[in-house]
Order: sequence, then C-alpha cells, then structure tokens
Amino acid sequence: MAKVSNEELLQQLTAKFGDQIIPEGEPFGLLTVETARENIIAVLGYLKSDLNFIHLTDITAIHYPEKEKQFAVVYHVHNLAGGVRIRVKVALTTDDVHIPTAVNIWEGANWMERETYDLFGILFDGHPDLRRILNVDDMTAFPMRKEYPLEDPNRVDKRDYFFGR
Amino acid sequence: MQNHPVFTDNDPQNETSTLNLGPTHPATHGVFQNVLELDGERIVSGVSTIGYIHRAFEKIAEHRPFYQITPLTDRLNYCSSPINNMGWHMTVEKLLGIQLPKRVEYLRVIIMELARITDHIVCNGVLGVDTGAFTGFLYMMQWREHVYEIYEEICGSRLTTNIGRIGGFERNFNDIAFAKIKSFLTGFPPVLKEFEALFTRNRIFIDRTKDVAAVTAETALSYSWSGPLLRAAGVDYDVRAQEPYSSYEDFDFEVPVGSNGDVYNRFLVRNEEMWQSLRIIEQAMAKLEKEDSSIFHADVPEFYLPPKEEVYNNMEALIYHFKIVMGEIDTPKTEVYHSVEGANGELGFYLLSDGGRTPYRLHFRRPSFINYQMYAPMSRGMLLSDAIINMSSLNIIAGELDA
Repeated sequence: MAKVSNEELLQQLTAKFGDQIIPEGEPFGLLTVETARENIIAVLGYLKSDLNFIHLTDITAIHYPEKEKQFAVVYHVHNLAGGVRIRVKVALTTDDVHIPTAVNIWEGANWMERETYDLFGILFDGHPDLRRILNVDDMTAFPMRKEYPLEDPNRVDKRDYFFGR
Repeated sequence: MQNHPVFTDNDPQNETSTLNLGPTHPATHGVFQNVLELDGERIVSGVSTIGYIHRAFEKIAEHRPFYQITPLTDRLNYCSSPINNMGWHMTVEKLLGIQLPKRVEYLRVIIMELARITDHIVCNGVLGVDTGAFTGFLYMMQWREHVYEIYEEICGSRLTTNIGRIGGFERNFNDIAFAKIKSFLTGFPPVLKEFEALFTRNRIFIDRTKDVAAVTAETALSYSWSGPLLRAAGVDYDVRAQEPYSSYEDFDFEVPVGSNGDVYNRFLVRNEEMWQSLRIIEQAMAKLEKEDSSIFHADVPEFYLPPKEEVYNNMEALIYHFKIVMGEIDTPKTEVYHSVEGANGELGFYLLSDGGRTPYRLHFRRPSFINYQMYAPMSRGMLLSDAIINMSSLNIIAGELDA
C-alpha cells in the first residue's frame, strides 16, 4: 500500500468532521490535530475503522499550569500499512478532567489510560478498571502535575539551584 | 485453550484456590505480581500488579538537562541498554536537527544489533531453562559476556552502558573493540546453530511450547503489541524497516514473521532475528571500511561536549563546555516523537521542549508495559506451568515495565 500523505489524511478528517478538527502543524512530519472531548471517540473510531489506523501507539498527557486549559491528553495512532502516524490532542480544564475512554476501540488503551490517570489524574469515563497502576493505591496526589515537587521540599541539601537547574 | 469446566453452585469441586505468584518468585525473572485464582492447575482468572520498581523517570527527566537523561534510559530495558541510549540520542538529535556522519550511524547500528542479540540470548535461553533445559542458556550466556566486553571497550561499563553522546560517541572505537566484534561474528554463529539444534526440533520443547498462549494478529494489534511478539502473530511491523533510522535503509535484512503467535513461534522469530542482526553487523563492518576512521561524532560544537584537554587549552571549547553544562543554548520549542525497534518492540520517546535545557515533558512508550497488559487476560484457562513459560517468552523486563 502506498504511503498516505499528511495533506490527504487531513483532508479526509476535515471532510468528515469539518471545523471540529483543528490542525496544529506537522512537527517533524507527524501530523498533529486537536479536537474537542465530545468528538475524540468518533475521531479515533473513524481513524481506526475507515482510515486503517489499526495500531494505538500511545496515550499520555501533558500539564501546562500556565494555560487556561491546563491538561492535554495526547494520542499517537499509527497506520501500519500506510506508513503514517497521527497525533490527536484534547485539551481539558483542571476542574473538569473527564474524557471518554478508548478501551472500546483498542483493548490496549486500558493500561495506558490507567497510567495517565495515575500520573495526571485524568478521569477516563467508562473505563472498566480505572485504578492507579504504578503508584500505591492510597496515594492522594497526581505526581506528574507540575506543582508536585520532585523531592521532599523540606530538604535543603538538594535544591535545584545548587546544580544550575 | 480449554474452557473451565462448569459445576453447580453446591458442588465441592467448584471451590477454587488463590495463588499469589510473585512479586519475587524465581520463575518470573523479575518483580511481577500476579494474584491467580486456580482450579487445580488451571487458571480461572488473574490480576497483575505492577509498579514495584517505579522510579518516576518521567518526572526526574523534567528536571535534568538532555545529556543527563541518557543514564535514565539505561535502566528501562537493562538487557539491551544501548538501544535505549541510541533511541534517546536520536530523539534529541531529531529535535535539534543534527545530521550524523554515516560512520557514526553505522557504529550505532553495530551496537544496537549487538544489544538486540544479547536481549534475545537472555529471552530464548531463559525460555529453555523454564521448560527444563539449562544447557542452551549456559552456552549462549558466554557470548553475552563477550558482547559485554565489547561494550566495556567502547564505553567502560557493561550493563547500564550510558553509551554515546548527543551527536555521536564520546570516543572512537579502539582496535580491541573491532577485534572483539570480529571474533563475535566468527564465534557466535556456530553456538547459535548448536542452540537451535538443541531446541528447534526437540520433541519435549515443541510439546511444551507449541500452541501455548497463541495470539491472533487481531488481538495482538488490539492490545498494541509490537516487536517480536507482534511479528510472531503474523504482522510484519518492524520500525527498522518501516521508518528507517540511523541508516537502516542501507542494510539488507529480513523481517521474520510467525504464524499463530504462540510461544514456539516467538522463539523462532527471536532466533531468526539474531541471524538477521548478525547479517546487519557484518554489512556494517564492511561499510565502515570505506569511511574515514577518525570520525566518531557530528561536527556540532554547540551540543557535543568537547574533550577535557581542549576545554583547558582552547577558548572556543571552554565556551561551549560552559554553555552546554549551564544550559544556555536554546532548543526549538516543539514536540517530537521518535521510535526505535527495541528488543521487545517499539520503544518510543515523546519529547516536548519549551526551549529550555530540560524537557518540558518526556514520555517513554515502553513496549514491556504495553505488551504485559494482555498477560492476565490471556492466562485465563491456561495451565499454571504454561503461564510461566508464556511470561518468559513475553520477555517482560521489570525496568521497562515500570519506568
């Protein structure tokens, strides 16, 4: 199968979803689009069933404390036969970190979403087993959020500025 | 897979027992806990618990300059650290737009393929041990030791290698390293052949592994599997072939594919991958003859740490040394995803840079983490002893599982 170009892919997506797909550029050749939480399952489902993106590479999140929408959930999806990847992002606000789960599309999303919940506190609605996966169950914080300090803040011997950080 | 027999509610045979397999069990080769519900020897259900060696690498990486993250990647899949190191260097080089000389890329290919061989030696050797044959493991382990000696010549360490730098290698390969690579290329194939003779047509081994934990291509893809496991299920996805990095497009190699994804197929795929890796190393050694033997890094003084002698005697080197160490060099404000074919599958690095010296966010796509989530569901209805060899052949490395 011939390699699918990014323009072609973006065209197909905008033909289906119109202005719900906001292109964010192609950093290093990887097409990046943003969409709203209401559409994410439809977009991922369309990518898988109609555009042959059968391999879910990764799900993760980013925390931007300075932005209005502080969280971005990032999906990397791969069309193995067409040799093309796409990155789909959904922005969420701090007081409403709900997003529908992708487990019904790919079984593999299960642990990726659990990891994202564990580290960022993103709540995947409809997830069959949304528990912490890497950290202990009774932990209350979400450690990958930027406000969470790397080490015990009471220690004075390991302050970052001693090391030029 | 056989179905669990159905009993009535008041039948005494309906009782099941709970077995806590792990977190430290000699048969699991790592820190994995599975709480299994057993009916006799047959597994009814299971729950995997992970995170016993979670070290928060992604958080630590947000506080470290790019060149100090390499030692963290060592500790992901510690059976093939050089692949992780190179994958990380390539991610940063992609971000910074650094083009490497061909010789450096070929040297990297040699190191990565040696690492792939050592990883498969451990996996297939241990699969033999778990099915009751220690001999093959012992024969092959000697050659893993040989590869570790090659690493020692190149970077000074063995397991957690921290090999190479952003922009190339910290020093050139010496003659001993090349001599050892050559002796590996002549000495290892007969041993691998002997190993295959011990296992591939061995009646006992085939009975233990054939049709055990078979996985269809659809299921494997749905669970986002990659690497030898996905290829054993019949999907010919290999990052080296599909999105060549580090000049893999210059090499002639085959991507072995299995048929039904059982333990035996995975074993065969890994064995064949070792032969292909040997082929690649041979080609790389031949290609190196034509390159200038003094080149071992790209000419990027603003990102490549200069040698210490130059720092003390040369002003430019001193300036760059300070700029790199103090992080005064701007990086592009963008995001990059780069993946390499790790020994267990697609090892991806998702790096988000805000222009500073440290990543704003770094995420590792760890193949072991993603491959392992099928373990508990696929163990249902399996015999306990089959579940053990299934775990061996999934080749889950605890460091890569937890990160």
